Amino acid sequence: MRAVARIVDALDRLGRYVSRGVSEFGFAAALVGESLFWLVMGRARRQPVRLSAIFAQAMDIGIAAVPIITMLAATIGMMLAIQGIYTLRTFGAESRVTLGIALSTVREFSPLITGILVAGRSGSALAARLGTMRINQEIDSLTVMGISPVRFLVVPALVAMVVMLPLLTLWADLVALVAAGLYVSAELQTSLAAYVDEVITLLKLNDLLHGLAKSCIFAVLVTVVGVINGASVTGGAEGVGRMTTRSVVHAISAIVITDMVFAFMVTR
Amino acid sequence: MTSPAIEVRNLVTHYGSRQILRNVSLDVNEGEILVIMGGSGSGKTTLLNHLLGLLTPTSGTVRVLGKDINAIDPLELQELRTRIGVAFQGGALFSSMTVGENIALPLREHTKLDVTTIGIVTRLKLEVVSLAGFEDLMPSELSGGMIKRAALARAIVMDPRLLFCDEPSAGLDPVVAASIDDLILRLRDAMGMSIVVVTHDLESAFKIADRICMLDKGEVLALDTVDAIRTSPNERIQNLLNRRTEEAEIDPDAYLKRLLGEKKKDRI
Repeated sequence: MRAVARIVDALDRLGRYVSRGVSEFGFAAALVGESLFWLVMGRARRQPVRLSAIFAQAMDIGIAAVPIITMLAATIGMMLAIQGIYTLRTFGAESRVTLGIALSTVREFSPLITGILVAGRSGSALAARLGTMRINQEIDSLTVMGISPVRFLVVPALVAMVVMLPLLTLWADLVALVAAGLYVSAELQTSLAAYVDEVITLLKLNDLLHGLAKSCIFAVLVTVVGVINGASVTGGAEGVGRMTTRSVVHAISAIVITDMVFAFMVTR
Repeated sequence: MTSPAIEVRNLVTHYGSRQILRNVSLDVNEGEILVIMGGSGSGKTTLLNHLLGLLTPTSGTVRVLGKDINAIDPLELQELRTRIGVAFQGGALFSSMTVGENIALPLREHTKLDVTTIGIVTRLKLEVVSLAGFEDLMPSELSGGMIKRAALARAIVMDPRLLFCDEPSAGLDPVVAASIDDLILRLRDAMGMSIVVVTHDLESAFKIADRICMLDKGEVLALDTVDAIRTSPNERIQNLLNRRTEEAEIDPDAYLKRLLGEKKKDRI
C-alpha cells in the first residue's frame, strides 16, 4: 500500500512539474506575441513604444557591456590559439590553426560567450527589476494608469536586446580574431597581415550569419526568461533573489541547448 | 439623479478554491467619499483590486463610471483608466524615476502636452499635496508620509473623476495621518471627485467618510452613513468599532486536530 502511495505521490509531483513547465512556455509565447503586437500596433492604440526607452535599454545592455565583452573575447581568442597550436603540433600542422580559430570563434564562441555574459548581466537585472516592481505594486500601478506593462517595460528591453546582442557578438568576433592573430603570429613567426588575409579568405558570410542568427535567438531567450521569472516573483525580497538566480540558470541553459540544436539543424 | 460612479452587483470571487468575496453589492455615488473598512483578511484589498479591474471575478459585475470593467474592450478600458486615479498603500512610485517624473508619467503617456505644460501641471499637483520643490528627489529619499502624498499627486495628475486610496494613513504618525485625511477632504471639495478609501483606521474613517462600507469575512456587514454605523446595534460592527476580539468558537475536536497537524481531507 505504502509503495503505491509513494508512486502516486511521485506521479502527482511529476504532473504538477510538467503542467507548470507547459504553462511557463505558454506564458513565454504569449509574452513574445504581445510584445510584437505593441511594437506594431502601439501607435494605433495610442501607446507607442518610445525610442528613448529603447535607447536607454540599449545603453545599459549593449554599450555598458563592451569593456567586459572585449576582455572575455580577447581571452577566448587567445585561448583558442594556444589550444589550437598545441593540438595541431601533434600532426606538425600548426600553420593550419587559423581555420579552426576563425570558424569556431565566429560560429560558436563569440555568440555563446556574449549570450552568456548578457544573460548574467542584463537578463538577471531585468528579472530583479521586474520582480521588485511587482512586489512594490509598481506593475499594478502602471496597469491602472492605463499603461501596458509589456509595452512600457518589456518591449524596449526586447528590442534593445535583439539589436545589441548581435552587435556585441560582431564586436566579440573582431576582438577574439585579432587577439588570436596576435598570439598566432608571435608563436609561428608569421605576420599579422598574413593571418588577417587568411581569415578573410577562410570565413564565408554564411559562417558570420550563423553566429549572428544564433545571437538574435539568444537575445529573445534571455529577455523572455528574465521577464517570466521577474513577473512570477512572490514572497518579498527572498523571492526576488530566488527568481533572479533561476533566471540566470534558465537563460544560460536555454542558450547552450538552443546553440546545440541550432548547430545540429543548420550544419547537418 | 446621476448614475453612481461605481456600481458593484453580486460580486463573488475566489482565490484558488477559497472564496474571498461573498455576494458583495455596493454603490459609490458621484462626489462622495466611501470608506471600505474591515479587519485583516476581510477581503477589502481583494475588493479594491476588483474595482480597479486587476482581478477577474467568478461572477457578478463591476461598473465603473457607467462601464462594465470586465466586459469593455481594451481601448475603452485604457481610456477609462485615464479618468481614474489610484494611490497604492506603499505608494508604488517608480524607483528609477524622480518624484517629478513619476507624477508627470501619466501626462507624458496619455496627453500630447508639451514639456513646459507638463512641468507646470506637475509642480501644481505637488503644491496641492504640499510637496513643492521635491520634484528632483528620488522616491527613496522621501519619508513615508511624503511618499503617500507623492502617490496622491500622481493619482490626481490627470484630474480623475474617481480616486482610490489604499490605506492612506497606514504606518504614519497621527499628525501626518491627519494631514493626509485633510488632503483627501480638500481634494473632494476642490475637484468634486468621488473617492474610495480602503482603511482599517477607525479615526480616519469617521473623519473623512460620507458613508462607510463594513466588510467582514467577505460579506458586506453594513453600508451606511457614519452616524448610522456608529450607533448600529449589530454586535459584529460594535466589536470592530470597539476593538473587541471576537470569541473564538470552541470545538475541542477541531482544536485537537489542529494541534496534531492533521489536515482536513477535503482541502485541495
